[in-house]
Amino acid sequence: MSMATAQAQTVGRENYLNKEYGVVSWLLTTDHKRIALLYLLSITFFFFIGGFFALLIRLELLTPAGDLVQADTYNKLFTMHGMVMVFFFLIPSIPAVLGNFLVPLMIGAKDLAFPRINLLSWYLYIIGGVMMLHCMLTGGVDTGWTFYTPFSTAFTNTKIVEAGLSIFVVGFSSILTGLNFVVTIHRMRAPGMTWSRLPLFIWAHYATSIIQLLGTPVIAITTVLVAVERTLHLGIFDPKLGGDPLLFQHLFWFYSHPAVYIMILPAMGVVSEIIACFSRKRIFGYSFVAFSSIAIAVFGFLVWAHHMFVAGISVYAALVFSLLSYAVAVPSAVKVFNWTATLYKGSIHYDAPMLYAFGFVGLFTMGGLTGLFLAALGIDVHVTDTYFVIAHFHYIMVGGAVMGYLGGMHFWWPKISGKLYPEGWAKLAALIVFIGFNLTFFPQFVLGYLGMPRRYYDYSHMPEFQVLNVLSTAGATILGVGYLLPMVYFLWSMRYGKPASDNPWNAAGLEWKTASPPPTFNFDEEPVVTWEAYNYDELDTGHKQEVHVVG
Amino acid sequence: MINNFPLWPERASSVAGNVDALFIFLLIVSGLMTLLIFACVVYFAARYRYRPGVLAEQIEGSLPLELTWSIIPLFVFGVIFFWGAVVFFKERTPPADATEVYVVAKQWMWKLEHAEGQREINELHVPVGRDVKMIMTSQDVIHSFFIPAFRIKQDVLPGRYTVAWFRATKSGTYHLFCAEYCGTQHSGMIGSIVVQEPAQYEAWMNGGSTGPLSASGEKIFAELGCVTCHRNDSQGRGPNLQGLFGKQVLLEGGRTVTADENYIRESILDPGAKIVNGYKPAMPTFQGLVSEEQLNALVAYVKFLSEAKPGQTPSKASASTDAQHAKGSQVE
Repeated sequence: MSMATAQAQTVGRENYLNKEYGVVSWLLTTDHKRIALLYLLSITFFFFIGGFFALLIRLELLTPAGDLVQADTYNKLFTMHGMVMVFFFLIPSIPAVLGNFLVPLMIGAKDLAFPRINLLSWYLYIIGGVMMLHCMLTGGVDTGWTFYTPFSTAFTNTKIVEAGLSIFVVGFSSILTGLNFVVTIHRMRAPGMTWSRLPLFIWAHYATSIIQLLGTPVIAITTVLVAVERTLHLGIFDPKLGGDPLLFQHLFWFYSHPAVYIMILPAMGVVSEIIACFSRKRIFGYSFVAFSSIAIAVFGFLVWAHHMFVAGISVYAALVFSLLSYAVAVPSAVKVFNWTATLYKGSIHYDAPMLYAFGFVGLFTMGGLTGLFLAALGIDVHVTDTYFVIAHFHYIMVGGAVMGYLGGMHFWWPKISGKLYPEGWAKLAALIVFIGFNLTFFPQFVLGYLGMPRRYYDYSHMPEFQVLNVLSTAGATILGVGYLLPMVYFLWSMRYGKPASDNPWNAAGLEWKTASPPPTFNFDEEPVVTWEAYNYDELDTGHKQEVHVVG
Repeated sequence: MINNFPLWPERASSVAGNVDALFIFLLIVSGLMTLLIFACVVYFAARYRYRPGVLAEQIEGSLPLELTWSIIPLFVFGVIFFWGAVVFFKERTPPADATEVYVVAKQWMWKLEHAEGQREINELHVPVGRDVKMIMTSQDVIHSFFIPAFRIKQDVLPGRYTVAWFRATKSGTYHLFCAEYCGTQHSGMIGSIVVQEPAQYEAWMNGGSTGPLSASGEKIFAELGCVTCHRNDSQGRGPNLQGLFGKQVLLEGGRTVTADENYIRESILDPGAKIVNGYKPAMPTFQGLVSEEQLNALVAYVKFLSEAKPGQTPSKASASTDAQHAKGSQVE
C-alpha cells in the first residue's frame, strides 16, 4: 500500500502539538498524547544509556581476558544495563508511550480517566530516573539487576539502597499507569464500543495493567525489605541474622516473572493491529487472541519459581512450577498460530510496520520455544545461569518486545507526528535489526549449552568460548546501527517528512478517524461505534467502489 | 581461536546422556515447530500478497482449529514436562552408598574435603565410575556448583546444606564453574574436576591424607565437650547420637523430623530450634564458634556413629573403609 499524500484540510489545523508552545506547556500538560511524547523522550534517553552499557559488555567479551574494564566495572555494567533496560525502558516502553497515546484514541475517549495522575506517573518516572542516574554516577551497583541476598544486603558495598528506592519510586509510576488504563477501559469507551469490539491492543493493555497493579507492589515491598535489612540489620533474608535468602528470590520473581509479560503483552497487542491492517483482515480467532492475553496475565503469576529450580527449593515444588510453566506456554502458542492464520487468504502488504511484525513473530517464536527447554526440569539444571538463559530472555524481551515497540512506532508515527517517515530506510532498518539480533543472540544459545556461565567478565581459562563471543559482539554492532537508524529518520521526518493524511494505511480503528496529529481532545464529536473491530472488508469494498466511480 | 571451537559440550557423567537426549528431542520438536510457522508465514505472505482488485477473504476463526492448536501443543508439552521431570529426579536423587565430599564455597574459591580426609582447593579428584555426593554450604553469599560436562548444577547457600551428585564416566579434566553471581571475582571462582582411572585415583588418595573427616569430627566433638552430654548411653543430658543419622526424631510437641545433614547442622548452630522430646533446651549455641569445615567434620562424625558398630572409632575404622573402597574400585 502506498502512503496517501496529505489532504489539504489537515494543513494548518490546530492539533495537540501546535495548540500551545513552550516548555511549561509540556511540563504541565495533562494531555495523554503530550505525556506519551514526554515518555518517548525519557525512555529513548534511557534506552541509549542501557545500550551503551551493553556495547561495553560485548566489547569486553570480544577477548577471553578481562582486559577492557576491571571486574568491578564489568559487574556494574551488566547490573546497570539490566536495571536501566528493564525498569526504565522495557516496562514503560509500549504502555507508557504507545498505550498512553492510543488507549483513549482507540476507545473514543477524550483522555485517560485521570489525566493529572497520568502526569504524576511521568514525574515519578523522572524522579526515579534521576535517582538512578545519580546512583550510577556516584558509584553504581554491582549485584546484577536481580539483587540476590545476602550478597546485596550484607556483602556488597555499592549503592543498593539508592538503587532500590529508585525502583520503588519508578514502580509507582507503573502502578499508576496501570490503574489509569484499567479505569479508562472500563469507564470511558465511546457509545457502541463494546468489549467485543475493542481492538486487541486494548485487550493486551488491559491484561498488562492488571499485572502492573497486582505485581508491582510486591517488588516495591521487596526493595524496602532489602533496604531495611541493609541499614537496620533486621534478619529477613540473611541467614546470619536468622533470615532466609530464598524468601528474597520468591518475592523478587513473584514480580519479575510477570514483569516479562508487562513487556511482551503490549507488543503482542501492537502486532495484532499491524497484522490485521497489512493483511486487510480481521484477526483470526479474535476472542481467542483477546482471552489468551488475560490467560497469560493470570497464569503468569503462578510460574515464578521456575527461576529457582536449582536454588534449593524442593523437588516437588519444582515439579509444580515446571508444569504450570508449560500451561502458560499454551496461550502464547495460540497467539502465534492465530497471527499466522490471519495471513491466510489475506491481501498482504510489505510496509515497514509489517516487516517488524514478521520479525516479531519469528523472534518471539524462537524465544518462546527455547522457553520450553528451560521449563524442562532436567535441562534447566544444566542451562540455567548460563548464556542459554541470556539468549532466551533477550529473544523475548528484545526480539519480541522491542520489535513490537518499533513496529508500533512506525505504524502510528504518522498519527503521532503528522509526518511520514522514509519508507525505504524504515524497511532497511527492520532488516538490519532482524539480522543483527539473530547474529548477537543465536550464538549465545550454543555458548550456554556449552556451559558458559552468565556474568563472567573473564573467560581466559575457557578460550573455546571465544569464536561464539566474537560472532555475538559483531552482531551487537549491527544491531546498534539498526536501532540508531529509526531515531535518525524519525527526527528527520519531523522536519522534512511529507505530511501524513488522517489514515495513511487505510486502517481500521478509531484512532485513524481523527486528524493526524489529533486535536487536543482527540475527536471533534464523540464517536459512535456501529462496526466490529477490524472491519477491513467494509473499508476495502468502500475503497474499491470509490475507485470504480473515479475510473 | 578457530582450532578450538566446539559446538557441543563434553559428556562425562551418567546423567549427561539423559540430558542430551531430551535436549536433542526438544531441538527436533522446536525445530519442526519453527519450520512449520516460518513456512506458513512465508508461503502465505507470498501467495496472498496484495494484488490490485483482489480483496482479502474475511474469516472469523475456527473453534476446531483453535482446539487443535491448543490441545496438540498441550500434549507435546506434557511429554516434555514428564521427560524433564524423570531426568530431574535422577539428577536430584543421590544413590544411598555414594562417596561423600564436603564442599565449602566462599568468595571466591571452592574448598573440598573428601570423607577420607583429603582436602583440595578449586580442584576435585574423583575416580571413574563411582557415585560421588557433594554436601555443600557457603561461608558467605550464594554460589552455584556447576560442572558442564556432567550437566549438573546446584546453588550453594549460606546457612544450610544443599546436595548434588554425579558418577563420572570418562577420565579427563573438566571445568568447575560458579554459576551464581557472587561478587567481584565471580568469574575467577572456577576450578577443575579431575576424573581418574581407579588405580591412579587410589595412588592420589594415598598421598597426603590427614585421616578421615569423621576422625577430625571425633576430635572436635571431644574438644568442644559435646561428649559430656551426648553420651553413648541413655544417661546423658543430651540425646545419644549413636545410630541417630537418617532416623525419624520425635520432637517436643509431637512433630517428627528426619535426622539429615541439615538437621544436625541446625542443632549445632541453633540448638533451640528443634528440641528432642524428653530433653531440656540446655545446649548452648555454637554459632560463630565452629567454622564451616569443623561443622562438616562434626556432621561426618555423627553420620559415622550410625554406620559404625558400637564402640568403633573413625580412626580405627578408616583402615577397613579404605580396604573396602579399594576392593570396590577394583570391581568397577
